[in-house]
Order: sequence, then structure tokens, then C-alpha cells
Amino acid sequence: MTCDEARILLHALLDNELDAGHAREVEAHIASCPACAAELASQHEMKRVLADADLRYTAPSSLRARIEASLPQPQRQPTRRSVLRGFAMGSAVSALAASGVVALVLRQDDQQRILSEVVSAHLRSLQAGHLIDVVSTDQHTVKPWFNGKLDVAPPVIDLTAQGFTLVGGRLDYIDARAIGAVVYKRRQHVINLFVAQTASTEHRLPKTQSMQGFNCRRWGERGLNFWAVSDIGGDELAEFVDKFEAAMKANVEG
Amino acid sequence: MPANDDLQKAQRFREAAMPYLDDVYTLARYLLRDASDAEDAVQECYLRALKHFDSYRGPAMKPWLFAILRNVCNAEYARRAHRHSAIEDTPGAAEQTPIWQETEAGPETEMLRSRDAGAIRKLIDALAEPFKETFVLREINNLSYREIAEAAGVPVGTVMSRLARARAMLRAAWTAEEEQAR
Repeated sequence: MTCDEARILLHALLDNELDAGHAREVEAHIASCPACAAELASQHEMKRVLADADLRYTAPSSLRARIEASLPQPQRQPTRRSVLRGFAMGSAVSALAASGVVALVLRQDDQQRILSEVVSAHLRSLQAGHLIDVVSTDQHTVKPWFNGKLDVAPPVIDLTAQGFTLVGGRLDYIDARAIGAVVYKRRQHVINLFVAQTASTEHRLPKTQSMQGFNCRRWGERGLNFWAVSDIGGDELAEFVDKFEAAMKANVEG
Repeated sequence: MPANDDLQKAQRFREAAMPYLDDVYTLARYLLRDASDAEDAVQECYLRALKHFDSYRGPAMKPWLFAILRNVCNAEYARRAHRHSAIEDTPGAAEQTPIWQETEAGPETEMLRSRDAGAIRKLIDALAEPFKETFVLREINNLSYREIAEAAGVPVGTVMSRLARARAMLRAAWTAEEEQAR
């Protein structure tokens, strides 16, 4: 091997790009040629100094944003399902958006404020690991669990036979008060039934309101206020409330 | 609203190409030596890459992006033709630079002093094309010789000789600066 060849190949040797045969040839030449050995040593040293220096650049975030903006974007208006998925993933951004909604509605009347709190509580419950404190499809497990945790014993009724599966219970906070939430599922949809004590014993007819794509059906009975919240349709939610009330009456009478 | 196919393609592209944004930007900075020109070139590179993403068959995303960036940069060189020479230009005087300096005093290796990154970047910036490009792809973007050959569209043998020359030129410039500093 000539010095001219070695002067090129020693770089490939440094970069581990030579096959074993060529590497041996270069090493043999270097062993017998002090000038080429010196060149290898100095190039090795330069490589080391270069490796220590931070020679890379970082793309400015504005450039990243510009490129992101030029890519086809998913639709801006999130669907009900995607909002649900966002919260199910526990996305901090979505949680922030939800609390922003709460802040916005605070100025409106009390009813509206409570509705937004109920919807927010529903959204929070959909974040990973927040849905259920006591997991059970057995009403006789869920009901005693609330004992001592609340100033009210929320009625817990299994409606599996009616198409609404009891999945568990949870403590939540509405209007700065601890409140019981009984959790049902309709297919893959979650229904939160919030139950709070009320001073008035008056009977209030169920009424459905919508917020952020969620339906909330609210009614008062036996000194309790109920809010059923879900992303299922208004008619299905009304069906749930009817079934629940029918089962309650049957319980009381029976 | 874009069709679902477009969204899926955009998502695949995002996952495949966005992780290399810093690499592409780094190469653009060295090739164009100007921050805002580099940004424009990188954006254009990603736009073209998305457009041709359907025909992308691999093997590796990084050299593919670099190949596109080179084309964008060559267009930019053409625009500034009066100031710089393109990567593809027939190397002139730089090709005549000997790969090694006979003037070096014997086998004693002179130790290079460690320099701050800014000073080293200046030395690299001053390298002539196509040697600078080869050097940056290897030493800063960590491409293999084969990947450099793909990105630059030249045989591996050419990569090897360009790299040897780039390193010799860089070391010569480096030691010359240190001589002056003394």
C-alpha cells in the first residue's frame, strides 16, 4: 500500500468503515510508516476534539411550528368522541380547556354553574384512573362503600337487566362539597349519576340540558338532587333516568 | 377538511420525518451559513418530502431528507450564484489542496487546543464544497459512508476521498489559526 492510498483509507479505518482485510492492510502500512502513523494519530485527535464540541444546531421552535402548520391538520372542531378520548388520555390541555369552560360559566346563574361543574366532574372522571373508587357491579358492595364518606346515602341500583351496567362508585366534589357519583355503562359510554342532598323535599321533574356535547339530566326526588351525565343521546339518557326512578319506586314500595 | 387518507399520510410523515428536524436544520445551517435561509430551506425540504412521501421506499429516512435538502440548497446556491459556488460545482483550487502537509515537522503530533464550538463552526463553515457537506454529514450528522453516498448521489469511493480531503483541510486551517494565535 502506498502512502497516498493510506492517507485516504486511514479515515475509513478511524470511522470503522473498513472491512477486516483492508483494515489489516492499512494497519500494516501504518506500522511501518511513521509519517502515516503520525497522520492517523493527529486525525484521531481532531476527531476526539470535534466529538467533544457541540457542533449541532437546534431547529427553532418557530420553524417546527411552521412545518407542523403546513401539514394537513385533523378537523379543528373536536367531536364528542374525540373530546372523550382526549380526556380519557388524561390530556392536560383538555383538562385546562374544561376548567376554562368552568371559569367562563361562573358568571352565569347558579344552575348553570352547577351544571358546568357536573360536566367538569364527568370529564375529570373520564381521565385514566379517575372513574371509579370502588369497582363493583354489585349494588350491595357499592352502597356500603359510601357509608361514612358522605352526609347522604346515595341510592345504588343495579340496572344491568335494563341495559345500564353498574360499574362502581366514586367520591367527587361539586360546588365545593363532597358528592357521591354512581357509575354506569351503556355499551362503551360512561354515565355518571351524581347524588347530593338538598334542603327542599320538593319533587322536581327531570330536565335535560346539554353542555360541551354532553347531556345532563337533572331531577329532584326524596330530598335528593340527581344529575345524570353522559355522552349518550338525550333520549337514551332519559330512558336511563326513567328506569332508575322506576327501580327506586319499586325498591321503596317493595 | 382534508380527506382521511391525507391525514393518515400526514401522521405517518410526521412520525417518520419530524424526529430528524434538528439534523436537517444542522446540515442546512452549515450548507447555507445563514439562519433564516436555513429555516426557509428546511421548510421547503419538508414540503417536498411530504409531496414525495408516497414514493419513498426507504431504506433510511435521514439520508432521504438530506438528499432533498441538498436539492433545495442547490437551488438557493443558484439564486446567490454570484456569491457562492454550488455543491455540484467542479471543485477548483480546493481539489488541489494536498491531503497532507509535508511541512509538518516529523512524526511528532501537534496537539490541537480545544476550541469552543463557535470557533470550530467557523472553521467548518470556511471549508469548500463538496468537502464541507461530506464532512458535516459524517462528523456531525453521523451518517455512514453508504448513507452519505446515497444522500449526495456519488460512489462510496468518492465519499472516502472527499472526507479525507475535508479533514486535511480542516486540520490545516485549524493549526494555521493556532500558529497565528501564538
